[in-house]
Amino acid sequence: MSRRKSLILCALACLMAPAVWSAPAAPASPPPPAELHILPVQGNIYMLVGAGGNITIQTGSDGVLLVDTGLAGMSDKVLAAVRTLSDKPIRYIIDTHVHADHVGGNEAIAKSGTTIAGGNVVGDIGSSASNQATIMAFQTVLDRMSTPVAGSPPAPQGAWPTDTYTTAERKIFFDDEGVEMIHIPAAHTDGDTMVFFRRSDVISTGDIFLTNGYPIVDLDHGGNIQGVIAGLNRIVEMAIPQDLQEGGTLIIPGHGRLCDVADVVFYQEMVIIIRDRIQDMIRKGMSLEQVKAAKPTRDYDPRYGSSSGSWTTDKFVAAVYTSLKAPH
Amino acid sequence: MRKTAIALVLGLALNGAAWAQMDPSGEWAPRFDEDRFERIPGPEIGDYLGLPINDAARLRGDSWDAALIELPENQCRAHGSDYGWRGPSNLSIWKEVDPATQKVIAYHTHLSAYGAEQTIWMDGRPHPPDYARHTWQGFSTGEWDGDTLVITTTHLKENWIRRNGIPRSDLATARVHIMKHGNYLTVAVIVYDPVYLTEPFIRTTDFVYAPQQQMAPWPCEPVDEVDRPPGVVPNHLLGANTFLNEFPANYGIPVPATRGGAETMYPEYMLKMKTMAVLPRPPKKAAPP
Repeated sequence: MSRRKSLILCALACLMAPAVWSAPAAPASPPPPAELHILPVQGNIYMLVGAGGNITIQTGSDGVLLVDTGLAGMSDKVLAAVRTLSDKPIRYIIDTHVHADHVGGNEAIAKSGTTIAGGNVVGDIGSSASNQATIMAFQTVLDRMSTPVAGSPPAPQGAWPTDTYTTAERKIFFDDEGVEMIHIPAAHTDGDTMVFFRRSDVISTGDIFLTNGYPIVDLDHGGNIQGVIAGLNRIVEMAIPQDLQEGGTLIIPGHGRLCDVADVVFYQEMVIIIRDRIQDMIRKGMSLEQVKAAKPTRDYDPRYGSSSGSWTTDKFVAAVYTSLKAPH
Repeated sequence: MRKTAIALVLGLALNGAAWAQMDPSGEWAPRFDEDRFERIPGPEIGDYLGLPINDAARLRGDSWDAALIELPENQCRAHGSDYGWRGPSNLSIWKEVDPATQKVIAYHTHLSAYGAEQTIWMDGRPHPPDYARHTWQGFSTGEWDGDTLVITTTHLKENWIRRNGIPRSDLATARVHIMKHGNYLTVAVIVYDPVYLTEPFIRTTDFVYAPQQQMAPWPCEPVDEVDRPPGVVPNHLLGANTFLNEFPANYGIPVPATRGGAETMYPEYMLKMKTMAVLPRPPKKAAPP
């Protein structure tokens, strides 16, 4: 077959193929770096950097639990990294939210694991009861993956959460410690979960907390700046620092470096100060364009701002403005 | 005589390392002759004189409300290792030695303010990756430049340049030069901050050898000083800080000078200041009857 015919056939096949689902991209998803890095955190917990969003790995005698799975294209590398830490099966995946840089690896990584199942469940449906890791998430993550916005196909079923919750918290006991899933309503998205490993004393925050930019408020997926602030307040409330307000509870952000609560406090103060300024401008009747022109973030821009890329300072200011104009 | 001189030179050359490397270990007491009013009572609101800051740092200072320190999560915050020397701090330095080789692995410092302790690694280990945790003291490595100990610190948490809200970011690097002159120790700190400084910021702090010094502990436990709902952060809204003119008015200093910037670091700026208008001094308050 000539090269030209091959190209035409290939193009036709692509056009006729069913649309492939891709999870909503985070407005500021960074490109995947080539190399993954494992950072021991404390207790049972490791932080895996470089697969998209940060991945939290808990290991122990019961198996492996992952918070988030990174970008789809990084799954093989993520699995290889997990295998350097534990030869036990991956039992649980907890999705912090629906964005592709955090749930992209769900399907491949869940398939490599096994659920702990027994009793009537196994009796009724046999080995299929345990043929993949359990994927846990807040209910709206499943809603958005199974019934996405008009025009987008649903996610492949293998990537869907298999165990969802709709309450403020969900708890399991795994690898000798309590694991708390805490839902923060309408924050980064409408399906955010933070995960608190109680004995290891580590909180995995998802994208409610980042160290490399302003908070991403995904208004299209139910996000709101007031929810982000509520989430940051919650981290400050839960974490207990050691002497001099550092160490103690360690915090794994959705993106960026490993932190403790003092780092969260700086970030929380920054977000609240900017929120207060924009709230004040709204109170004075200023339009969004006037607020942008007043540059309410200009003292934090050299650290967190961006004039290019998918999540610019302008977009952040607009998201805060829109959040505050809308009822929360 | 000539042979003696050659032998002396050779002896010094062969023993160069030991001769060049003074040992800063010991007990050191602070001296406050330098920048006393900034260091002990604390800086005035809106005094950014002599700081090579940019507009972003200036606005951080203008927005800063001292009530921020009342928040429980800020009460026990230590100074960063680049600032800690400035506090009312007695200093203790000791070395950690490899028992097999007797080589210095690290120097450790303890400052009485906050009981902050810094480790300065002397064994050539690399700095951690950028995704590792930052601390108040940061990660420090040291090397000798003649008889000066040069320390490079990265992985710092955000902290002060001046204790009135002028920040130093967590992306900064500090280079500290420790020099011993008889019974005096001079610590020269150079801060490189790509976020809030337009030029490196240099300042020195002096200590005196004090072998009888007793280091006091610094226990700190946060308490609720003011009943505030969670998530309230005291701050001055844009353009709403009414205290900024108190410093220039009280001291007769032109307002532009108090706003800082690299230009205000250099002596020739004093000539420029003479051409600037100053605010009227506020009337003296009547003495109480």
